[in-house]
Amino acid sequence: MRNIWIICRRELNSYFTSPIAWLLLTMYSLIFGYFFWNLISAFLEMSMESQMMGQMQPMNISEQIVRPLLANTAFLEIFFVPLISMRLFAEEKRNGTIELLATSPVRDMEIIVGKWLAALLLYVWLLVFTGLNFAFLFRYGHPDIKTMAVAYLGIILQGGALLAIGAFISTLTKNQIIAGAMTFGACLMLWIFAWVTSYNSSTWATVLSYLSVLPHSESFGRGVIETKDAVYYLSAIFLGLFFTSRSMESLRWRS
Amino acid sequence: MITVKDLTKRYARTTAVDHISFSVDKGQIVGFLGPNGAGKTTTMRMLTCFFPPTAGTASVSGYDVLDQPLEVRRRIGYLPETPPLYLEMETIEYLRFVGRLKGLNGAELEKRVAFVIDRCSIGDVKTKLLGKLSKGYRQRVGLAQAIIHNPDVLVLDEPTSGLDPRQINEARELIRSLAGDHTIILSTHILPEVEQTCEQVIIINKGKLVATDSVQNLQARARGAESLLIEVGGPEGKFAAPAVQQQLERITGISRVQMKQQFTTGAVFEIESVSGQLVRGDLARAVVSGGWDLNELRPSAMSLEEIFLQLTGTPAAATEAAAAPPAEPPAPEAQA
Repeated sequence: MRNIWIICRRELNSYFTSPIAWLLLTMYSLIFGYFFWNLISAFLEMSMESQMMGQMQPMNISEQIVRPLLANTAFLEIFFVPLISMRLFAEEKRNGTIELLATSPVRDMEIIVGKWLAALLLYVWLLVFTGLNFAFLFRYGHPDIKTMAVAYLGIILQGGALLAIGAFISTLTKNQIIAGAMTFGACLMLWIFAWVTSYNSSTWATVLSYLSVLPHSESFGRGVIETKDAVYYLSAIFLGLFFTSRSMESLRWRS
Repeated sequence: MITVKDLTKRYARTTAVDHISFSVDKGQIVGFLGPNGAGKTTTMRMLTCFFPPTAGTASVSGYDVLDQPLEVRRRIGYLPETPPLYLEMETIEYLRFVGRLKGLNGAELEKRVAFVIDRCSIGDVKTKLLGKLSKGYRQRVGLAQAIIHNPDVLVLDEPTSGLDPRQINEARELIRSLAGDHTIILSTHILPEVEQTCEQVIIINKGKLVATDSVQNLQARARGAESLLIEVGGPEGKFAAPAVQQQLERITGISRVQMKQQFTTGAVFEIESVSGQLVRGDLARAVVSGGWDLNELRPSAMSLEEIFLQLTGTPAAATEAAAAPPAEPPAPEAQA
């Protein structure tokens, strides 16, 4: 446990001493802010229209702002996860620092979990900044806080799963760009796998769509914690980290 | 302290290390010598538990590298060929990180960090970013991280590569000064380094153990016959090198005289004597009685370089051997 924290802390520090973390924070805040502004404008437009027509349409902040906003956030993950995870192992391999970690009295799994945790914490930190926008909603409206919390939990779980996959891919190469591109490809694939069900309902299509992250994020977005979706994310995290440890072990045998 | 038995590392197509056995006693400095690609780094990586051996065993301080890798790692400090530095970290921050990783904390961690900073003279760069340090400083920080947890064994992979001559000297001195507290294995392909720093030398080539012995023994063993360098001089115009050579060849106990250099007022000869014969006095007398000046007379010790080439049979030695016979005919017995 102590070792995991030592590794994690160094990793987080390195995100914040290099420009990576700051760059990601800026980009993320800008993009999220733009989404937020868009949805708010549309919402205001609608509410004004309904007032002018004299008949009140049902308006709901949670349904019309929070939910689409968080769906967008989940989508943004595809772009941001590779940027966070690509350096995890690739950089250590290139600099030779992996040799320090691998010859220190720590277990491979401690190294891996420590690094993954650091990446996840950085991602959570990005999400914290999005909270500023929601503060406005709470100032002027009454969005459902419980739904929002569950939705955030879902986004964090999904981030954890994709980051675990990204960590695994990062062990495969010394080149961060390659790791990033492959992770982006993998994330995108996991996203679009679900599309197959729209025209096909055979067994393999069902399996493929179950593998996709998209259908599993819906329940969380509605504010419901479904066991099967939680299990999906947790097993994806476990599997990703497990593959990472296998890959690190094979690194030892091959290098 | 270190026991290695039949250690072997095979890759898909090649055998990098092939049944190597040796042992190192506590407090020794051992030079691990071999040409590039001989298997030095591979052996070191197995000792430091970076990867497991394909076959054979190795133990450090009584712990086996396969069964108890964490215990072994606790007792080993390792400096890979390129120091494993996080370039975006400050020196002191980095040393603290490595210290924690090796199991130190609290007051003890701070004490050790201060100690290694002092020991490796890196106080000047304590708060500098590692990426901004010169090669020499990086190497010293690398050494500092290797000794931070006061390990029993230090494994240094080419610790002086890429340094300038002054830095090389400093690094060697630092390593020598560490020998009392730690058992040290250092790899190198630079022979003078072994002659200067190590007590014991292990020579490997193409993954196989070629020799393991003390530096002195190895030199003596390869020397066989003592060889001397002698410079003889005489007045310009009257000096004839062949005459000197003939004179020298008549001395009993000398097996071979070879002219190395000739100038108008003198010449340098290399003299090989039959093993055990002391011929220096006779040589001096012969030169003086011949009416020449004895300008210089010194033993030409075989360098480790030559020993190395002899033992590993690399091309350089082969061409030397091929070139030798034609020079031989004016052979010892004929004149003796």
